[in-house]
Amino acid sequence: MSSSEDQALPGAIFEESAVLTVKDLSRMCAVDERHIVEFVEEGVLNVVEINTTEWHFTGTALRRARLALRLERDLELNLAGVALALELMEELERLRRELKARR
Amino acid sequence: MEFKDYYKVMGVARDATEAQIKQAYRKLARKYHPDVSKEKDAESRFKEVGEAYEVLKTPEKRAAYDQLGQGHRAGEDFRPPPDWGAGFEFSGAGARDSEYSDFFESLFGAQGRAGPRHGRGAFHPGRGEDHHAKVLLDLDATLRGGTRQLTLRVPEIDADGRLTSKERVLNIQVPKGILAGQHIRLAGQGARPPGEGAPGDLFIEVDFQPHPLYRLDGRDLYLDLPVAPWEAALGAAVKTPTPTGTVDLKIPAASHAGSKLRLKGRGIPASPPGDFYVVLQIALPAANDDKAKAAYAALAAALPFNPRANLGV
Repeated sequence: MSSSEDQALPGAIFEESAVLTVKDLSRMCAVDERHIVEFVEEGVLNVVEINTTEWHFTGTALRRARLALRLERDLELNLAGVALALELMEELERLRRELKARR
Repeated sequence: MEFKDYYKVMGVARDATEAQIKQAYRKLARKYHPDVSKEKDAESRFKEVGEAYEVLKTPEKRAAYDQLGQGHRAGEDFRPPPDWGAGFEFSGAGARDSEYSDFFESLFGAQGRAGPRHGRGAFHPGRGEDHHAKVLLDLDATLRGGTRQLTLRVPEIDADGRLTSKERVLNIQVPKGILAGQHIRLAGQGARPPGEGAPGDLFIEVDFQPHPLYRLDGRDLYLDLPVAPWEAALGAAVKTPTPTGTVDLKIPAASHAGSKLRLKGRGIPASPPGDFYVVLQIALPAANDDKAKAAYAALAAALPFNPRANLGV
């Protein structure tokens, strides 16, 4: 079964404009708000400082939160394990780039 | 339908304990997890392992599978017997986004899986849930922008409660300058809520197909450019392809293999734009006729050159 929509939908780069709240991330990732708060407390997600009482995130938090959720679920990791895995994955990515630049 | 040997998939004995099965799963999941793994077939292997684990970790499913599986081998043609499933009660466990194989669905069907949407929607009642998809675009899409037709697989629960997927074709204007890992958000293109209310959004995570000429690194592009030994040694202006057209690139004298030349701002047109790097490779002319051989011999005679000097020989 297939449905087609003829008109081209205008796409915008989500990361460039998005400022997200805990509530936004909770909806986009389909998890409880409490879960997002735990990610912040464990350092998985970074809050950007904006002059309000509410926490705000940049658009890149969406990919990171979804990645963290997949690792948590599929590898049966706890929060500390997810935080460590993300840090090591970033370090690996950085080293790979450096290696590529040196070649 | 092929019979699947879940024990073989997990690499455990048929009498493996629950602890052994769990251990095997964790090891395989770490090895093949698509976010972590560099293995080529990571995604399909990971799905296979996840399905095997779903059956073997659940005592009722494992017992039913064991009873059924006697005398069957992996890959063999298989039909479940008509009285299949009688006497077993399956409870769903573990929410997953991916589909299971036909083999799994025929055995455990709707009861065997927890609804993948289990509990969702409850977070924001009245609004449809957001959908996520991942697409591979050609590099030109971000270099120039433009409309692309994308075929997405949308998971759906059919009338029997089985998870299937249908194809959805969307024409999308790809924003110029989008980078791998970023998302295109299409407002209102997610799921419709059961009752009244606004539909959710569709988030499309972007990645790129390998380009025949350029390598992508974040917002920068790399091109390996072959040059002749004399072009590298003496300097030259050579024709070089770039995403915005052919340019005359000035190769400085005394360049060597691996020398990197930067064309600022000629990478991905993001904000800020990336750079375009040309990495020099020295191409040697073939010495397959007398003239070429004589030229190499003359060069050897003229230059005292030991390319292995720093190897101490």
